Amino acid sequence: MTVVPLPYYLVLSAILFGLGAIGFVFKRNVITIFMAIELMLNAVNLAFVTFSRMHGQLQGQVFVLFVIVVAAAEAAVGLAIIIVIARSRQSLNVERVDLLKL
Amino acid sequence: MTLELILFFLLAAVAVAGAVNLILQRHPIHSALSLIVVMGALAALYLLLGAEFIAAVQIIVYAGAIMVLFVLVIMLLNAGEEERTNLSRMARYVGLPVGFFLLFELAYVMARAAGTQAAAPGVAPASTRQLATMLFREFVLPFELTSILILIAILGAVVLARRES
Repeated sequence: MTVVPLPYYLVLSAILFGLGAIGFVFKRNVITIFMAIELMLNAVNLAFVTFSRMHGQLQGQVFVLFVIVVAAAEAAVGLAIIIVIARSRQSLNVERVDLLKL
Repeated sequence: MTLELILFFLLAAVAVAGAVNLILQRHPIHSALSLIVVMGALAALYLLLGAEFIAAVQIIVYAGAIMVLFVLVIMLLNAGEEERTNLSRMARYVGLPVGFFLLFELAYVMARAAGTQAAAPGVAPASTRQLATMLFREFVLPFELTSILILIAILGAVVLARRES
């Protein structure tokens, strides 16, 4: 049915994941690093949906739903931690966050 | 070039451009807006793949709820421009090639592994109805567990972000 070859989606997913990994390593702002993680999760979701299409099975899409739910929970807790870090160090730069306890 | 193929390349270009922009921008709010662009493009790609429900969830939960949370925190913390540091020289000359190597290797392996099955273009697996049936029959226990997970996450967020009195 689809005329777009499915490997194209997988390659796009890999590119997005790689860009997310690069952003994760390179960015210094902790919020942007968190966004790079979300980008990687999105890339994985695209791969899941593509595989679901490839095999004609629905489990992939169900798994994407769970990934989205876990990402929402992760975002809530992670952003709370970021708020605490920003309050205690007055900075969002990860290079200043090198001690577990002040 | 059919319409779908053109649409795919357009959306893929938008997604990759958004991701690159996320990395290049120095201000977190600009990165957040780029990420929203990526998510919108991905939602359209899900529609192309025939996953309508996932596309809707992507827009509502990801672009809607999660990114609003991000933007809210950025504004709450009054996050400014990223600081430049000296550590980036080695990262630039070693990390960037390694990162791009990882990127291309991943893309190559994905393309090759999928190539064997790509002859069959795949059937559209499903309607939203079938997805719901599967979610509430086979996956009903994990589904209920996610509600507990969300509850714990909310509690954790409230406890963490509370001001010490």
